This record gives sequence, structure tokens and C-alpha cells, in this order.
Amino acid sequence: MGIVLSVTDLSFSYEPGQPVWSGVSVDVRAGEALSILGPNGTGKSTLMRCMANLITPDAGKVIVDGTDIRKMGRRAIARAIAFVPQLHNPVFAFTALDVVVMGRTAHLQHFASPSPRDYSLALEAMDTFGISHLADKSYNNTSGGERQLILFARAVAQEARILLLDEPTSHLDFGNQARTLELVNGLAEQGLAVVMTTHFPDHALAYSKRTVLIAEGRMLGYGLTDHVVGSESLSRLYGLNVEIVSLQGGGRTCVVRKNGE
Amino acid sequence: MASPSNKLIRIRTGAAWSRCYYLILAAPAVAMCIGLVWGRYPVGLPDVLRALGHGVGLPVDGVVPGVMETVVLKVRLPRIMAAMLIGGGLAVSGAAFQGLFRNPLVSPYVLGVASGAGFGAALGIVIWNQTVMIQGCAFLAGITAVSAAWFISRFYKSSGNMIIVLAGVIVGAFFQSLLSLVKYMADPDDKLPVIVYWLMGSLSSITLEDLYTVLLPMAVSMIFLFLIRWRLNVLSFGDEEARTLGVEAGKLRIGVILAVTVITASAVSVSGIIGWVGLVVPHLARMIVGPDYMRLIPASMALGACYLVLIDGLARNVSAAEIPLGILTATVGAPFFAWLLTKGRTGWA
Repeated sequence: MGIVLSVTDLSFSYEPGQPVWSGVSVDVRAGEALSILGPNGTGKSTLMRCMANLITPDAGKVIVDGTDIRKMGRRAIARAIAFVPQLHNPVFAFTALDVVVMGRTAHLQHFASPSPRDYSLALEAMDTFGISHLADKSYNNTSGGERQLILFARAVAQEARILLLDEPTSHLDFGNQARTLELVNGLAEQGLAVVMTTHFPDHALAYSKRTVLIAEGRMLGYGLTDHVVGSESLSRLYGLNVEIVSLQGGGRTCVVRKNGE
Repeated sequence: MASPSNKLIRIRTGAAWSRCYYLILAAPAVAMCIGLVWGRYPVGLPDVLRALGHGVGLPVDGVVPGVMETVVLKVRLPRIMAAMLIGGGLAVSGAAFQGLFRNPLVSPYVLGVASGAGFGAALGIVIWNQTVMIQGCAFLAGITAVSAAWFISRFYKSSGNMIIVLAGVIVGAFFQSLLSLVKYMADPDDKLPVIVYWLMGSLSSITLEDLYTVLLPMAVSMIFLFLIRWRLNVLSFGDEEARTLGVEAGKLRIGVILAVTVITASAVSVSGIIGWVGLVVPHLARMIVGPDYMRLIPASMALGACYLVLIDGLARNVSAAEIPLGILTATVGAPFFAWLLTKGRTGWA
């Protein structure tokens, strides 16, 4: 499928002369998921924030549908890219529906407010995730799993073609992690381009067609997950003895070997 | 399962705010009538309405005695209009800043506008002691203080909310000490009492001309805040998230700060420092209509207008001498705020 977002030779630094990483080149394709794997503090979220033009890289380009992202306004970017942040606590107790309708902001004129149609679209988006019963509940009083779904519904209401998910499973229990990733998979199958950061190689193995590995200030690997994620590359990435095990009936998973085993 | 649109209607009509919201929007008219009736010179409601009708050129039955018409139209009405404009302006400013800074404890004076205006007014009193100069100095010094806070915050690498609030505190303290200096040097028999009374805030000397002077800048700024009220919702999730949702957060923030500064500096320049309105009223409004700025902005304007009209009514009528407004807004506002917080739900609902 077509490339909708491409990152070319990107480097970024918070402190001058100390790049978080450099030379990162990644393509994001419609209809598939791309995972960003790497240890804590290697700049996975930083890369994602560059993709959404929230921070400006030192060098390199981010191209969205053929246009340099730096030449796009916030509204144009938000119509192309929906960003699902890590779970948060807003200061004020908005209802879940209020939060989802905020996804419609990019489609509104500067001084306009959401129309009944926008509210209907928001409710439809909630329906697709089976959470329309939460519509008038306070967002702050929902559970982590529900919140994740509300933020997904907001991203769907935004009607963007590219979905950036910043650690979509980090605050979820085991069951909700799997359910959430199934939903992500479903969104990709509908034709969306999905990028997610994750701490779990298994999530990349099971749900993303391509994976990029980031550590040591550069890209350690990028390509089809089956090729890139292996015992050797994961061992190097996390500084551990990691082994990939093939499962009966297909699929692979990773396990950590203790020393001497 | 109900279709989305049916469900939407059910959610909207079933919400706790739906009953109260429209009552709140109508409340300023009631408060205005109370304010016009409430005073030492007795005027009944029918005469008030007749005088009002006469004032706007409606054909009205019956004759209103000239004194009554003067009291209603020339004495009470300008003051009540000023109270509504200033109360509504301060309340909506507080509501906007609480969202912008993502902090329910923020008042519209947080960036130092009141300290700046206080210093400017004191300087105007000491040097010229003319109303125009006092108001002009207060307005300009208020704007200067906020600009200083803004530029100081630019010096720091992180451009977060915390920095500009801290810069506001710094600038506020600086202007407070300048104000103290002016007070210290002012003639204690003649000028110092004027400064002290000015700082307490009052509408007793407000004139129609004052009202006309501040009406345009305040109205334009309030309309701006009204128009961007949906975006204030998004902004209250933080700059970064607002940007991912398609809002130019940086520009919008400048717009909000500019609007609030014009409103508060204008208000303070004609009325002195009236505290608490901008802090308490948005909370009250939020508890009734919820945090959605679509309703919170109109509700804050309406409740702020009512609140200050009624407080000013107290100021005029409780004792033979006028009580400065700033004293009453806090003595009534502080216990009321304490009570309000006991009713609070989670998350500043």
C-alpha cells in the first residue's frame, strides 16, 4: 500500500551537540502498523512527536502525503494525523463525549463550535468501540481501559489517515492490552496507517507489519517485523539475552533467558 | 440500541445543567431590576420599568416623577451597567485563564495586571490627581506589567504554563513594592487616603463617560473569548495535545492573554481593584453548568454580572457610608468559596 508519511534522515537534539538520535529514515504505509521499539529514554516518543511536528528536528524531513510537514498548518496536520497521547488526567471533569468531540476540532472554522453532526460523529465513533454508554460519564472517573478507548474514539472522530499511538498499552492490564491491540489491528485493516511506540516486542511481533528499532542514538534496524525483530537484535537492543520462540500453530514470542540457562 | 442522534438528544436533555443553564442566562435581567429598585430613594419596580421604557423611547403609560427618573436612569443605571460589565468581564477572564493555565486556582490578576494598575493609579494620584490621568496610568501600567511577565517568560527555555505564572508572580511583587514606595512618599493627609480607597475598589464615582471609555475594548475582548470558547476546551488539555487536535496553541494563548489583559486593565482602571470575582464566579458557574466552555463562558459572564450588581447593591445600601467593593467581594466571596468547595465533586466539576 502507499506511503503516507515518510521520515528522511532525521536527527533531533534537546541539547545542542547531543543528538537523541540521528539518521532515522522510516516510511509509514496505509493499511499497516509500524512499531517503534527501544529501551527507556532512547527517544521513541521523541520520534513520534517529530512525526506530528510537535517538535522540530535538527535535520531531515517529514513528508505527509507529499507535503513537507513544516509547511502545513496545525489544522491540516490534524486532519492528516491523529495523535493518541499516553493516558492523562485533565484538570476539569469533561464528559467522555466532550473529550471525543474534541477530535472534531480540526474540521471546525476558527470561531466555530461543534455542530450536532459533529456530536453524532463522535457518538458513532464511541459506538464502534462499544463505549457509547460512557458518553455522559466524567472522563476522569473512567478506568484506564475505558480511557484508552475514549481516546481511540476521539482519534477516529478526527478522521485522520495516520494514527500515532504513544504507548497505547502502557497503563492497561493483560487482557485490555490484547483487546486494544486487536482494535489497533482492525483500524489498520480499515486502511489507516498506524504508528505505535511500545515496550513489548511481542506486541510488535503479533500486530505490526514493520518495526523500527532505536537505541544508541541511531536506528538499529528497520523493515518487516519478521526480518528485523530477532533474538540477536532484541538482545542487543535491551542488553539482555533474549530469545525468539516459535509458537505451535504460528506466531512468535520473545522470552528472556536468565544467565547460565 | 438507540441511534446516535436519539441518544444525543437524551444526553443533552437529561444533563443536570440543561435546566439551570437558560435560567442563568436570564438572571442578569433580574439582578438589574433588583439593583435598580434597591436603594435609599424608594422607587417601585413598576416605576423602574416605566422609567427604563421612557429612557429607551418606548411609549409608556403613566408618568414617572422627574426625580425618580433621574435616580433610575442617571444615578443607578450607569453604575449597574458598569457593575455588570466589570463583573461579567472579570468572571469570564478568570474562567478563560483557569482553562489556559489548567489550574482552577488562577485568578485573572495572576499575571500582575492588578499590581501594575495599582502602581499606575497611585502614580497618577500623586502626580496629577485627575481622573483621566489616574485611569490612563492604571490602564497602561496594568498592560505594562503583563507584557513584562510575558517577556520575562520568553527568556526561559521552557515555555510552559508554569513559567509565565511565575513571571506574573515576580512582576506582581515588583509592582507591589513600587506601589509601596509611592504610598510611602505620598502626602499622608491628602494623597495617601485617595490611593488607599482607590485600591479597595469602588463603583461609587463611576460615570457614564467612564463606561463609554471602557465599553468598546471590554466588549470586543469578551466577544473574542466567547467566540473561541470551544477552543478553550481543547486548550485546557495542554498545549501539545491542543496542537495535535489542530489548534494553533501558541497564537491562541497570546490571544487569550491579550483579551484578558485588556478586560482586566480596563475594569481596574475605572473601578479600582475588585478581587475574588474572577476566582469565585467561574467555580460557581462550573459547578452548575459543568466544565464545557461552550456553556461556561456565557454562564460566567451572566453570573459575574449578577454577582457584582448584587455586591454593589450591598455596598450602596448596607450602611450610610459606602463600603468599598473590594472589601465586600472578599468578605462575601471567601466564605462563599469555602462553602462552594464542600459541594465540590471530583475534578473541579
